[in-house]
Formats: sequence, structure tokens, C-alpha cells
Amino acid sequence: MSDITRLHTPLTNEDVTALRAGDRVLLSGVIYTGRDAAHKRLFELLQKGKPLPVDLRGQVIYYVGPTPAKPGRVIGSAGPTTSGRMDAYAPALIAHGLKGMIGKGLRTQAVRDAMMEHKAVYFGATGGAAALISRCIKKAEVVAYDDLGPEAIHRLEVEDFPLIVVDDAHGADLYSEGVKAYER
Amino acid sequence: MREIHASTITDAVADLCMTANYALGDDVYQALKAGVADEESPVGREVFAQLIENADIAREERVPMCQDTGFAVVFVELGQDVQITGGLLSDAINAGVAKGYTEGYMRKSIVGHPLDRKNTGNNTPAVIHTEIVPGDKLRITVAPKGGGSENMSGVRMLKPSDGVEGVKRFVVETVKAAGSNPCPPIIVGVGIGGTMEKAAYLAKKALLRRVGERNANPPDAALEDELLRLVNDTGIGPAGLGGRITALAVNVETHPCHIASLPVAVNIQCHAARHKEVML
Repeated sequence: MSDITRLHTPLTNEDVTALRAGDRVLLSGVIYTGRDAAHKRLFELLQKGKPLPVDLRGQVIYYVGPTPAKPGRVIGSAGPTTSGRMDAYAPALIAHGLKGMIGKGLRTQAVRDAMMEHKAVYFGATGGAAALISRCIKKAEVVAYDDLGPEAIHRLEVEDFPLIVVDDAHGADLYSEGVKAYER
Repeated sequence: MREIHASTITDAVADLCMTANYALGDDVYQALKAGVADEESPVGREVFAQLIENADIAREERVPMCQDTGFAVVFVELGQDVQITGGLLSDAINAGVAKGYTEGYMRKSIVGHPLDRKNTGNNTPAVIHTEIVPGDKLRITVAPKGGGSENMSGVRMLKPSDGVEGVKRFVVETVKAAGSNPCPPIIVGVGIGGTMEKAAYLAKKALLRRVGERNANPPDAALEDELLRLVNDTGIGPAGLGGRITALAVNVETHPCHIASLPVAVNIQCHAARHKEVML
């Protein structure tokens, strides 16, 4: 197992290109949530050449729709959702300057090509570890699309969010490599 | 006739929705513990350890173990000597789901129409499966089902000549295509026989079985063991990062079928295998 890299958002091209599939990362700083419905809206704005409600250049999107916060808590349970549903929209956001994505599950070649061309990274968080992950989230507020409820875009402040680099900016994919090692 | 009031059902369902989402069943919890010991992949062992810690936090703090608190799938076994008073069974169940998901700080994940996709705001309606059984009792099982694993499930109408080999191929193919998406380690429900919808129903129902419990029919139990080995040989592993344990269990249920047919359904369940039941 590799050593753990500590990273702080926003991410630079240098941060991104230094990462390799399989690297462990503890991510801190501001990240943004977004899933199906928010992505559709962001994509449509980009297509029309209109400004986004949040500046995503250099930023990281976490594919998550959290549960409502219990009284006195920052946020509810907040584990990753399946990234593949955002694949239709992700290349446009990456071309726009998005540097990182956090989710779970396979990405299409089109997304991985965009990551190589524009220098972006795809992190995996442990699917289903939602109560555990929520402890890394220190602050949460809705910054766009409040009408979408759990799908609204939240600005999160995270501290040492444990991640693993699944797809790097050089074309490597941890899922296929990891599975190959144990396939019989 | 024994009478059960609708409000009793509503309260029971609300409680089941919350308990199911907060407290992972002991059978699944023990299977995760075994995974820490048995998994060969170091990353995989770490995933198991995270899932155990996650289950502990959720149970102790009464918070959802997963942010996807699921579609409320409700199995009802209604004794034919029971009369429900004070309202309709389905209304009583849906009121319980709304209450449980709202008061329990759970995510509302249901849209009212699959194409216009407007959130109903209280996680209703539930999917309700009702069976009439002998007796004067009412058994209700609430099984919240996450979207990520449900999306990777499938049904195929095989030819009878495809036989058991065809069934195995379809199960393994479905698990392989799912890869890391459905949050492995998974539980695989397999419904074989009946009609298309019966096979799908059996696959879902197979997920309610306790981890480690085998099908009572020895040939079907042997098929379960073989399917578990084949699924684990895919190497997908915990969180799909590669490893020996892709599934905690494969549960097979069968039903008589048409001379022309061999329907097979595979329902994939993530490791947050939630179901709680009550007998009223």
C-alpha cells in the first residue's frame, strides 16, 4: 500500500498529475456536492455558454445526496453515489476546469479521456460508509438549486476525507487493475 | 376475525423504516467481521473495517448507515382471519413510510413519475407485496432498497436448453457488469422459474433470507454454493477494488415454470442489506 498524500482544495494541474491510481489521499478544504439533477442543469448552462451558479474551476465535486441533518448536526449520512450516472455530463465540466470528482463505480472512456486531456482525477470513497464519512464534514450549506432537496448543490468543508485514486490523469484505472490481480 | 387498527400498522411501519436504516442485521454484521479476517486484499480488509465502523456509528447514534435510505419495499403476510379497521392497508403502510422517513431524518428518494421526476417529498409510495396466508396474524417486513444496487439487477428469459449452465452464466455476467457500482460486498438474490415478474419477485424475496442460511432443497443449496464461488472468482472484491470476497451470499429461490420457459432474475443487494420485520 502506498503512503497517504494530504491534499487541499482547490487542486492545481500539478496536484492532479502527481497522483497515480491506487494512491491514498486525505482531502481537506471546500468541495461541492452534485448528482443527477444538478449535473443536468450545470451541463445545460455550459451548453448555452451561460455562467454556472458556482465557480467549479480547480474544484472537486462529490457525487452525493446526503440525508437531512439531525438537529445539532452539520449534515446527515453522506456516502458516494454511483458516478456512472454523471458520465454524460462530466466531460463538459472537466473541460470547463473541474479538477476532481469523488464517487464510486466505473467511468466511461469518454470521461477518462477528458481527464487525461484536461488534467483531472477521479477519487473513490467507500460506498455505503455514509455515517463514517459524514464525520469528515465540518460545515455544509446549500449554495445552488435548493429546490432539488437532497440533490441541491452543497458547499462542504471537509477535513481528512479518506479517498483512493481510482482513475488518474495518465489513463490508469484501479478497478480494472485491482480486479485483474484477484480474478480466477 | 381478529381486528388490527390501521394506526397500529402505520406506527409499526414507521418504526421498521427507521430501525432498518440505522441497525444493520446481526447476520450481515458478522459476515463483515468474517471478511476482515478472510479477505486477502489489504485494501479489501480496510474496506471491511470501515463498513464495520460505519455500522457501529449508525446503530449507536441512530443515523442512517447509508445516505441512500432506499425505496421502501414492504412485504406483507396477511392472515386471512385478520380484519383491518380504520382505513386501507396500503394507506396505513404509506403513512408509516412517510412518518418514518420524515421523523427519522432519512432521504426522500422517490419521484412521483419516472419521466417527469418530481420528488414526492416523503419517500412514498412504497412498493407493497401482499400475500394472504392462513391465521390471524400480520407479518410486515420493511426492506429499504438502494438505487445503486437495484440499477445493476436484471431479468433474462433463458431457453430451457440453456439449463443450469445458462443460469450460472447469466448470474456471473450480471455481477461482472455491475463491478464496483452496487457497493460490494454484495448479496445476490436469484429467482429461477415462474414468469418474468415472478422470477423478479423471487429474486427480491431471496434477499430477505439471513446470510448463511441455505435453500432447504439440497440441489438449490448446492447451486447457491457454486454461484457464490463463481461470483467470488470474479475478483471484484470489497468496494470493487479487487479481492476475494465479492459477495457475502448468493440466495436462490425457485418456482415451477412453463414448458417453454426458463426465466432468471438477479437482484443485487449492496452490503447495507437492510430488512426488519414485525409480527402483529
